[in-house]
Amino acid sequence: MQPADLSAIDLVAAVRQGDLSAVQCTEAFLNRIQYCNGAINAFLNVDRAGALACAESIDVRRRSGQPLGPLAGLPVAVKDALCTADLPTTAASKILENFRPPYDAFVVSRLRQADAVIVGKTNMDEFAMGGSNENSAFGPVHNPWDFSRAPGGSSGGSAACVAADMTPVAIGSDTGGSIRQPAGLCGITGLKPTYGRVSRRGLIAFASSLDQIGPMARSAADCALVLETIAGHDPGDSTSLTDAVPRYTSLLEQPLAGVRVGRVPEHFAAGLDPEVAKGVEEAFAVLKAAGATVHDIAMPHAKYGVATYYLVAPCEASSNLARYDGAHYGHRASAKPSSAFESPLIEMYCRSRAEGFGPEVKRRIMLGTYALSSGYYDAYYAKALKVRRLIRQDYLDAFEHVDLIGGPVSATPAFKLGEKTGDPLAMYLVDLYTVSTNLAGVGGISFPCGFTKSGLPIGFQLQAPALGEPLLLRASDRFQRLTDWHLRRPPNLTALCTPKG
Amino acid sequence: MAALARLALFDHELATMTSELSNIVGFVSLLEELDTTNVDPLAHPLDAENVFRDDVPSPSLSTAEALQSAPRHDGQYFLVPAVLGESGAA
Repeated sequence: MQPADLSAIDLVAAVRQGDLSAVQCTEAFLNRIQYCNGAINAFLNVDRAGALACAESIDVRRRSGQPLGPLAGLPVAVKDALCTADLPTTAASKILENFRPPYDAFVVSRLRQADAVIVGKTNMDEFAMGGSNENSAFGPVHNPWDFSRAPGGSSGGSAACVAADMTPVAIGSDTGGSIRQPAGLCGITGLKPTYGRVSRRGLIAFASSLDQIGPMARSAADCALVLETIAGHDPGDSTSLTDAVPRYTSLLEQPLAGVRVGRVPEHFAAGLDPEVAKGVEEAFAVLKAAGATVHDIAMPHAKYGVATYYLVAPCEASSNLARYDGAHYGHRASAKPSSAFESPLIEMYCRSRAEGFGPEVKRRIMLGTYALSSGYYDAYYAKALKVRRLIRQDYLDAFEHVDLIGGPVSATPAFKLGEKTGDPLAMYLVDLYTVSTNLAGVGGISFPCGFTKSGLPIGFQLQAPALGEPLLLRASDRFQRLTDWHLRRPPNLTALCTPKG
Repeated sequence: MAALARLALFDHELATMTSELSNIVGFVSLLEELDTTNVDPLAHPLDAENVFRDDVPSPSLSTAEALQSAPRHDGQYFLVPAVLGESGAA
């Protein structure tokens, strides 16, 4: 059996028992990356030497009987929005092209302490702004199920990486759906934990009240394994939760009998692809077969989610991205004498940012600056924060009646690369089913629940109240014991990829 | 607005940006139809409280680490163009 055929849980067990060395395991996935990445562009940087050295040290320790971490020998790909001390970290932006962080993100430190093997950094939309991965300054990612289609975004590189078996698990971040939507479009499982469950320290900030890091993997069980390593309190992130971290992998066995799953009828309104609707309805049937009950619920403010999100997120982004000033790190424009600016320093700021940021990032900075500016603040930003409270209240009310909310993760299967790039608003509407989770700060997971006739994955989303990760993972795992959608692999991928020397 | 955002937009960007932004602002104006008179703003999903820590000195980044990705530095400080004065003097 090849390492790529094993789950992350089985790989870790095989390394611990000595059936597979960490070096063999790492080499198998590195070779897969070398073979497939040229066609898919999921990685911005592969650290072959560092990964093999890490794997070697794990094997040495195992042979000498020293204790190993819970993820020993597990190859992991990390979204390029997380700082890695020994690897470039660009957030897929030209402005950070040559940036080398002086420290590891909290999550990266946790992975290293657990003896995971970090193999590289994955492609993404620039600063995580986008739903197709086409906003990367380093080229789009191709969906492994159809190279002419987008993998979703912004964690499109992480999703495509797992879908193409280039690593068993990957780390993503989700501000408005950036883990769940690409997981859905690539046929894998992705978890956005409750806001604050995983420390954001060392995550390049996009919208700080929405950003959350989470695992992406083949299965819910593998997501549980990674989450129990990366979750937990970090004194370095004042918004990280102090609640104890459960052993998620040990909480999967309990049956679903009596679990109440909410279904929002408005989710099935016009605009939802009929094949997606059918797959989602069938997923509800599977949950019922597992013992859950399904109840129609109202989310009266759901239709305001996208508009609220596209005020809150750009406002926070315009503030967060003010740090890219060409002074301390990142791209600095060369001086071009001009009298259009107040001073040489202001000129340097303005030109560096103009040259370093891509069009979508500029759009969001402009939108956020506008919505926060004097005279418009109340009409836009303050208004959005009020609607945000109404949206959160919808969730609080719904969770009085149900334990989970199910539904589609995106309205269509993977769309064509280039299909939406000319229309920013059309791209924003891709986030319809995912943004409210972040506005409310609750958790959500997506996993495959079928395929279209043309062979594209269909995603199903479950959302739970704050700190409901045990139930999210248990329900998803139960679904995956009754179905095999998550085990399907893109057909002919090996033949379609052109090996890169 | 671009000056406020410290972005020197290129001429070819200005026209597209203006029309795209007015589309987006039109779309988000959907919120106007909701009455939010007695609703408090929610800036943060958690019941946020200030978090304090003891003020204990601890090691921080060294000067060399802090400067490692700087576009220009002199080994001690970040170097930037003149803060005051007319443009073109840098």
